[in-house]
Amino acid sequence: MSDMEPMDPKDELVTHLGAMRAFAMSLTRNASLADDIVQDALVKAWGNLDKFQRGTNMRAWLFTILRNTYYSHHRKRKREVEDTEGTLQAGLAQKPDHDGRLQMRDFQEAFDQLPEEQREALVLVGAGGFSYEEAAETCEVAVGTIKSRINRGRARLAELMALDEDSPLEVTEVVTQGIVAQNQGLA
Amino acid sequence: MTRTNKTSRIEDEIDQNLKRAYDEVANEAVPQHLTDLLAKLRAQDAAKSSGSDGSDE
Repeated sequence: MSDMEPMDPKDELVTHLGAMRAFAMSLTRNASLADDIVQDALVKAWGNLDKFQRGTNMRAWLFTILRNTYYSHHRKRKREVEDTEGTLQAGLAQKPDHDGRLQMRDFQEAFDQLPEEQREALVLVGAGGFSYEEAAETCEVAVGTIKSRINRGRARLAELMALDEDSPLEVTEVVTQGIVAQNQGLA
Repeated sequence: MTRTNKTSRIEDEIDQNLKRAYDEVANEAVPQHLTDLLAKLRAQDAAKSSGSDGSDE
């Protein structure tokens, strides 16, 4: 281990599975769909491991494959398999301590309402530890585009969550109205 | 620079929530179906390489 020999890509790939699942979940907002794309992306990545350049960012490489899998094969299925249960579970599974749990649910509901391109930009940079440049490369857009998606996503989330201690009722109201509007749109 | 500013507080909240939601899934145990799939992929590779190294089966 002392000579810093790079890990066998097959072994390294395994270490990114959790992150792949988390990214898939933030893209699809649907547990069963997320499972499917991770599975497909894993097979694709495994078959193309010889094309992966050792020493470069494998997580970014895997996320690119995952994204492409989602956008080219699975996105259209999203509306058909919409399961609010799977989505909400993420919020409900929080440790049942104080108001953190409620706040998390509000967040998940607000996050659901963002367009997927804002969700992925927010997650890559805000949670996945990607630089703006890495996120831009992964999403195949300009760095400025990533930045503006993040800014718009943040602004929308703040608006939906209306994180103002003085008016906690407004939070629920705004989110509920958003969901009602969304449901009407689907009906 | 003050963090009492409402906007920065909201940004902090958003970032914390993003991380929590992401980490929660990322830290879950890898589900069985993925472990099985990996085992299958490894087995296929092993079969392939032993095929080319040894017999031409």
